[in-house]
Amino acid sequence: MSNSKILANGVDVYYGSKQALFGISMDIKEKEVTALIGPSGCGKSTFLRCINRMNDLIEICKVSGSIKVDNEEIISSSTDVVSLRSKIGMVFQKPNPFPKSIFDNVAYGPTIHGLVDSKNELEEIVHSSLKKAGLFNEVKDRLNEPGTSLSGGQQQRLCIARAIAVNPEIILMDEPCSALDPIATAIIEELIDELRLNYTIVIVTHSMQQAARVSQKTSFFHLGELIETGDTKKIFTNPDNSKTQDYITGRFG
Amino acid sequence: MNNSVAKEKIVSLRKKRSLEDMRFKYYGFTAMCLSLAVLVFLLYTIFSKGYTAFQKTIVLLEVDYNQEVLKLTPDSSDEEMEKGKFFRVKKQAIENFFPDLSKSDIKLIKKLFSINLDNEIKDYFLENPEVINTKQQIWVTAHSDVDQLLKGNSRRDVPEDRRKLNDIQLSYVDQLVEENRVKQVFNNFFFTKADSRHPEIAGVAGSFMGSLFTLFTVFILSFPIAIGASVYLEEFAPKNRITELIEVNISNLAAVPSIVFGLLGLGVLLNVFGLPRSTPLVGGSVLALMTLPTIIIACRASLKAVPPSIKEGALAVGATKTQAVFHHVVPLALPGTLTGTIIGLAQALGETAPLIMIGMIAFIPNIPTGLTEPSAALPVQIYLWVESAERGFQEKSAAAIMVILIFLFMMNAIAVFLRNRFERKW
Repeated sequence: MSNSKILANGVDVYYGSKQALFGISMDIKEKEVTALIGPSGCGKSTFLRCINRMNDLIEICKVSGSIKVDNEEIISSSTDVVSLRSKIGMVFQKPNPFPKSIFDNVAYGPTIHGLVDSKNELEEIVHSSLKKAGLFNEVKDRLNEPGTSLSGGQQQRLCIARAIAVNPEIILMDEPCSALDPIATAIIEELIDELRLNYTIVIVTHSMQQAARVSQKTSFFHLGELIETGDTKKIFTNPDNSKTQDYITGRFG
Repeated sequence: MNNSVAKEKIVSLRKKRSLEDMRFKYYGFTAMCLSLAVLVFLLYTIFSKGYTAFQKTIVLLEVDYNQEVLKLTPDSSDEEMEKGKFFRVKKQAIENFFPDLSKSDIKLIKKLFSINLDNEIKDYFLENPEVINTKQQIWVTAHSDVDQLLKGNSRRDVPEDRRKLNDIQLSYVDQLVEENRVKQVFNNFFFTKADSRHPEIAGVAGSFMGSLFTLFTVFILSFPIAIGASVYLEEFAPKNRITELIEVNISNLAAVPSIVFGLLGLGVLLNVFGLPRSTPLVGGSVLALMTLPTIIIACRASLKAVPPSIKEGALAVGATKTQAVFHHVVPLALPGTLTGTIIGLAQALGETAPLIMIGMIAFIPNIPTGLTEPSAALPVQIYLWVESAERGFQEKSAAAIMVILIFLFMMNAIAVFLRNRFERKW
């Protein structure tokens, strides 16, 4: 059994006076893919964004409870958000490469964190990150072209390369394939399967097939509550809760 | 039966609706034609009145650079030459302008030349010192009265006492025309000289430089402040009552009449801080205050137009808030920011009232060379010339309007260019 990487305990989230998450407690294991599924507005993205404190950007959002990453509390005002985010990469729903060259997109993270001392080192990190994201062979001849000139699937892999360039331990993915065609989706899913060997991955998805294909653990959210969490196989074949059963068989959602 | 009635109704209504369409199209077309016609009329008036100002009349004058009269020798140093008695040479040249002139005629003829005659005779000599002790035929600037007469701007069929030139002077001018001793050339003075009481040597160079210095001050003061204020308000400020109040008031300030800012400049900058009057420094500061709200509003709009996903992307790889804003958001908003600034500067360029309040309406016959020297500005110069009674200034004011319009047109062209060149589509 692998170790706990992220341990959430009683996480409540409020948007103003509206409560979006109700006492979420969850144990996310190291080097596994955990999928968060559930109907729209159930709070799965909100929970994901708590893990790297992206909710800080939303002024009216208040988070309480406890999330421990490697046994360190992150829901506290003394948390160093910047280094937390360098440890936890994130890939967004819509590919959002910077309007800079492909090289600069990947190089940005290592540069601001001072991970490199020389140009050669930086080049090495950029190349290896692009390789890990399975993009290097497609773009090696045009690293100076703008990242926005790539196709949607390539852009998303560029964003993955950008995230892993700062050497994170966890990668959060917020519906990474929802804007992509099936072929690009398949490539990303394959990539996620490879990345699992080195990173802990939490992925929010609307596609239950995708959750079934890529994840080892699945958590089902409904109306801000965590209904059920467990091995993907079990959730999709023999869930304990009747709501989960209804959702995965398509009776609501 | 019922069905066919409904169909008929639909058809008749359909006709009415397309008529409405047509009518509206024609209204729009008419409105556009009207405004175009007004614009063309305006430009035509300005151009037809002003284009003559780009030409001046010059007169051929024989000058005898006699060393006795000049009190110079061929070996004189440059400094001595500067002090040569050129006014005596000029006097001689005028006396011999026509053969056998009486004293009163000489007095009248003197008024056919510009006040600048001494200088022109001197400049010619300083450029060609070898002409000493020779007679030279040189072209010199004519007086504005002659200039206006030959351009057809002043009439000769009015009674003598209501004319600038009397009958004797007129006959001399006619004689000059007959002998081909006058001609019209490009008016270099209009672009190289500052304001003057004498229309023939008045130019826009002084006020143009004044406007440039003023705009420079506006840019230096307002651009960094506007960027700072808008970045803070847009990206860092907490959203509460106070920031809301500030936002509302920025919009209000943009609508404050410019003369109020002039009063502020007069009361605070001149009287409290004792900054020098009539200078581009003060004028620019006042106009900077006036244009700041406009620029801030434009800056904030372009900052808002940057998609938040870019900032999120930067934050997600561990950039600090400042890094995310200044590495990604601000550079992307810069073209829009610059465009807004240029539009604000164009607005400042045309502003007259606040400059009058802080004394930039003074008569300044020199071209300013710094921010703290008294100077005029283009719109104020136009105002001054329009007010002048002399006929020679009327074409000058129209020509100065052309200069300011071309200036504005170029600034707007730069703004459009920047927008098209750097604007990003998301």
